[in-house]
Amino acid sequence: MAYSNKVIDHYENPRNVGSLPKEDPNVGTGLVGAPECGDVMKLQVKVNPDTGVIDDAKFKTFGCGSAIASSSLATEWLKGKTVDEALAIKNTDIVTELSLPPVKIHCSVLAEDAIKAAISDYKKKQGTAAKDADTHAQPTA
Amino acid sequence: MAIKLPIYLDYHATTPVDPRVVDAMLPYFTEYFGNAASRNHPFGWAAEEAVEKARKQVADLIGANAKEIVFTSGATESDNLAIKGVAEMYREKGNHIITAVTEHKAVIDTCKHLEKDGYRVTYLPVQKDGLINLDELRAAITPKTILITIMAANNEIGVVQPLAAIGAIAKEKGVLFHTDAVQMVGKVPFNVNELKVDLASLTAHKLYGPKGVGALYVRRRNPRVLLSPIIDGGGHERGMRSGTLNVPGIVGFGKAAELCSQEMAADAARLGKLRDRLNERLHKSLDEIYINGSMEHRLPHNLNISFAYVEGESLLMGINDVAVSSGSACTSASLEPSYVLKALGAGDDLAHSSIRFGLGRWTTEEEVDYVADKLATVVTRLREMSPLYELAKEGVDLSTMQWQVN
Repeated sequence: MAYSNKVIDHYENPRNVGSLPKEDPNVGTGLVGAPECGDVMKLQVKVNPDTGVIDDAKFKTFGCGSAIASSSLATEWLKGKTVDEALAIKNTDIVTELSLPPVKIHCSVLAEDAIKAAISDYKKKQGTAAKDADTHAQPTA
Repeated sequence: MAIKLPIYLDYHATTPVDPRVVDAMLPYFTEYFGNAASRNHPFGWAAEEAVEKARKQVADLIGANAKEIVFTSGATESDNLAIKGVAEMYREKGNHIITAVTEHKAVIDTCKHLEKDGYRVTYLPVQKDGLINLDELRAAITPKTILITIMAANNEIGVVQPLAAIGAIAKEKGVLFHTDAVQMVGKVPFNVNELKVDLASLTAHKLYGPKGVGALYVRRRNPRVLLSPIIDGGGHERGMRSGTLNVPGIVGFGKAAELCSQEMAADAARLGKLRDRLNERLHKSLDEIYINGSMEHRLPHNLNISFAYVEGESLLMGINDVAVSSGSACTSASLEPSYVLKALGAGDDLAHSSIRFGLGRWTTEEEVDYVADKLATVVTRLREMSPLYELAKEGVDLSTMQWQVN
């Protein structure tokens, strides 16, 4: 399968790999996908409580190159956005930016799910979970 | 000596043609180009003579008689001919076929096709080591069973089925035994009489011959196996496979078979050592890697390993100067991981994390070391960005987690 140069770049030089402290009230964590499907993404955002702007974002992904690139790109886009702006990121934006082929669209969907799950977790912590936010069940141990 | 990249470790997919085979083939494109079916001039006679020589070379490799070899376009056709040919010919005797879930698609899909035509097929499961259970095979046989088709060695995990025992059971029950032997023949000894095989599918391109030519071994004595042809026409190959013979291809197949007869023992011994070296080197540098399938009953040149917490396609991307295959779904258009690995019951996550290594005639020690070291580096890097590895290191049992499956 041929990858776009952008996918290869994100795979070889992934942005923002790592973890933020899960217990921090200003950190939201999203963990989506399943090992048996071949994709699991963990995406975390750290929100500045004063401004509502995402200061930091980190990811870890188990998945193909396109899944790694989708989540890496998502963390790049999240930084500097407000929580509401972050929720406006659509999977189709990721598809376009990375030139993902049809069989890899699910990777972008998963990245969008991960963003929504991370922000939902953050809002829950803040006690302001918006009713209209796409709330995904968090995996539990 | 500098290593030439990319490195080819995908010999189960196909093999390069041995230069000695190419040399043997060349005259049959231009000088001796005759149709082997032309009976009344020297061009036809030369072609026919070459085909008969190749038929003997192929037969010798598997301990058969030359008259028992039917040339085809490849193993997929041979599998179709064996299974559909027996099914139609023995319809009055019965309509039941036994196969296994880990067979090649050429066998599975042929069986599925026959199910639509009213045949009944039993798909035997395999044990954790990839081998069928002989008691289950025995129990599956009914008075209506006409054919057992079980592959010799698996194309993904390289495990070798208990062929002699299957052959004995088939003989005892009066059922024909077909085996897709493409991965085994030419690599390790395979004798149709010792194994009591009635039909065997072979192909040239897995044993250093050209693509587009294969054969079906059809037993002529004890019992004499009859087949309905699936291709109608001029009645070539004793009526079992019409179509002008691919003379250069057949000559190449014959030469390749002859070389395997001579060199197989030395090749197998050398490759077994290299395969073990690869395996040991990987185990030395990485934890949580798992071999898929029996190590004891296995082709010497095959290794299939799951690298836990790392997805196969991302692994292939990181070793893009090494040609191997992955059981991960992402390498194919389907979103299902390898059905062979799933059948072992290892779990889909490990199926997604698997790499198949196939060593061959030109694999060197330097190449094996390079691949092992490169894999260790890439797996380590990918684990550092794997949420599963992180969770596992935190002590979370991944199998008890509830995942959001979309």
